Amino acid sequence: MATTMITTLDRSSRAAARGLSDISIRNLFIIPTILFLIVFNIFPLIYSLGYSFTDFRASTNAPANFIGLQNYRDLLNDPYVWSNFAITAKYVIISVAGQLLVGFGVAMLLNRDIPLKGLLTTLLLLPMMLSMAVVGLFWKLLYDPSFGIINYALGLGTFEWLSDPNMALYAVALTDIWMWSPFVMLLSLAGLSAVPKHLYEAAAIDRAGPFYTFFRITLPLVAPILMIAVIFRTMEAFKTFDLAYILTSQPTAELISIRLYKMAFQEWQTGRSCAMAYIVLIMVLAITNIYVKYLNKVKER
Amino acid sequence: MRKTMTSLLAGIGLVLACGTSVYAQEKELTIFWAEWDPANYLQELGNEYEKETGVKITVETTPWPDFQTKAFTEFNAHGDAYDMVVGDSQWLGAGSTGGHYVDLTDFFNKHKLGEVMAPATVKYYAEYPGGSSKYWAIPLEGDAVGWSYRKDWFEDPKEKEAFKAKYGYDLDVPKDFKALRDIAEFFHRPDQKRYGIAIYTDNSYDAMAMGFENALFSFGGELGDYKTYKVDGFINSDKAIAALDAYKELYTFTPPGWAKSFFVEDNQAITENLAAMSMNYFAFFPSLINEASNPNAKNTGFFANPAGPDGDQFAALGGQGISIVSYSQKQEEAVKFLEWFIKDETQKKWAALGGYTCSAAVLKSEEFQNATPYNKAFYETMFKVKDFWAVPEYAELLQQLNQRIYPYVIGGPGTAKETLDALAADWNATFKKYGRGQ
Repeated sequence: MATTMITTLDRSSRAAARGLSDISIRNLFIIPTILFLIVFNIFPLIYSLGYSFTDFRASTNAPANFIGLQNYRDLLNDPYVWSNFAITAKYVIISVAGQLLVGFGVAMLLNRDIPLKGLLTTLLLLPMMLSMAVVGLFWKLLYDPSFGIINYALGLGTFEWLSDPNMALYAVALTDIWMWSPFVMLLSLAGLSAVPKHLYEAAAIDRAGPFYTFFRITLPLVAPILMIAVIFRTMEAFKTFDLAYILTSQPTAELISIRLYKMAFQEWQTGRSCAMAYIVLIMVLAITNIYVKYLNKVKER
Repeated sequence: MRKTMTSLLAGIGLVLACGTSVYAQEKELTIFWAEWDPANYLQELGNEYEKETGVKITVETTPWPDFQTKAFTEFNAHGDAYDMVVGDSQWLGAGSTGGHYVDLTDFFNKHKLGEVMAPATVKYYAEYPGGSSKYWAIPLEGDAVGWSYRKDWFEDPKEKEAFKAKYGYDLDVPKDFKALRDIAEFFHRPDQKRYGIAIYTDNSYDAMAMGFENALFSFGGELGDYKTYKVDGFINSDKAIAALDAYKELYTFTPPGWAKSFFVEDNQAITENLAAMSMNYFAFFPSLINEASNPNAKNTGFFANPAGPDGDQFAALGGQGISIVSYSQKQEEAVKFLEWFIKDETQKKWAALGGYTCSAAVLKSEEFQNATPYNKAFYETMFKVKDFWAVPEYAELLQQLNQRIYPYVIGGPGTAKETLDALAADWNATFKKYGRGQ
């Protein structure tokens, strides 16, 4: 099986002339990649799992003591950590739902013959191409209560987007929606243009209404690719750091990754932050798994 | 193939050769500090040192929010990128017990620095643990939280008259927290886009703590007993509760969106005509008397943190000492630099360049006190400062303070007593975790 997957080397090629076999070429390409993965991903992952059971602090010379599940127990009993998780969940739901709605909506609008469609699509993709930190910095200016253009344009006076504890998380989510809706739009456009035209023609002949056509033809056929967008955006939203960190310091908008950063690099509680990272990892894996299961189901239909 | 190999090896060889030639340059010292004006002044002072001795001094900087993270990442990796670091006063515990700082006790005693430098700077920038007579740094940049205010607003006869009519006493630089509060309330006019006061509220590092400490210490409160680590009856005492409520009340007189403000925003409050008074570190005052950076430079005055209701008057300490990094390969050169740095004439030069010297003699001199509009307030403040915990786990204590106090000040639920009782419980748990006191 394995050998049939490798394309045989052309006997007249330079590589063959040098005496390199198929296997050695395969090894040449694969071994560095695998080594890289092991050294920079797998090894630290396992190493940090070990640390998560200790009271290790990278900033001191004190030896790491094995403390069993103490870190996990403490973290899962910490009401602040739970509130961070609740905030993150709320953020993920708002932000992904918003991106799906806006992204898919814009894709529907663009999925027809309009002049300058290519240019329009490219321009709409711009937010996604910016750096998160830059987006954070200039949205901070846009939201400014004293001179921000958003309050000026909407006539909101000195409404405090980022300083209001109840509003801060929504403001961050809004920025994220602005930035990442184009991504959902791009994937949706690909999905929409793949829907066979004859299905719409058949629906038109049967005098199906626009809602019926949308829910029975468009949505089911685009669903798998939308699911992929949702998976990507959920994972990304779950680990959002830069945007929220730059925009606000409201505890009501303190996402789990910000808490993790503070624990690891400001407080230097290395052992405990490793445990926290594992808890987050398990959660992301679990959520992704649910999505993937659902995606497979959608594809089977 | 062989040819490529050879050229590759030659390339690597060349790179290594270049590398070693850089390392061979012994006559260079790197000092790490945060990115702000005093670091530029230190670079200028370093240039003088190079002229005298031929040893090149490079002051490497990074923005404040990254400073702690970057320094400790280097320490934890036992890296020798920096020979000396101008570390925050709270780092002393982590730097000394973690083995990152070189013990400077002998150096300190040999040069009698305990007498040369202002007592508070020795206590908070150099000594750890408190009262142990073990020293890890040389006081370099003295700093504390002071206040700037709009002289033109304060001296306007109409305002003076209206103030007297409303509060029954003359409008002047506030002598106590009650006057500070009254003036803040008096000038707070959102309809005119003028606000009473600018205070620190940022909860990402120590801004919130420094701001609150200004009230806490002047109200006669304490964070705890630094020797026994007892916090109950200190941080949640009646005086501390009154101080927290006073700070919360001041927040109601701040400009809109003042929930993440630190030194940049507080200076903007003065330069952008937002507030009548603004809290800030003295280190940021030079830009307020510079007309290029402050259009109101001529109308900006300064005062020391006012007294509390019982007449106590203290201020939160900023500032840093300079330490030798224990992983440096050039510790002897670094000691020579420090010997030069503590000389009286160097300290005078340092002050003239804009650095805040900690040398008691220079601070007391008329020349220094009259050099700028804020030097006198600085001198007064530096002899009555107090600081945050300096234990290795100070960042956890800071985080707990932010977690409890920030939501309360910004308008969250609960009472000051509940907030501070909860903070005391957090701190007790942390000290217990690290086996302190009890």
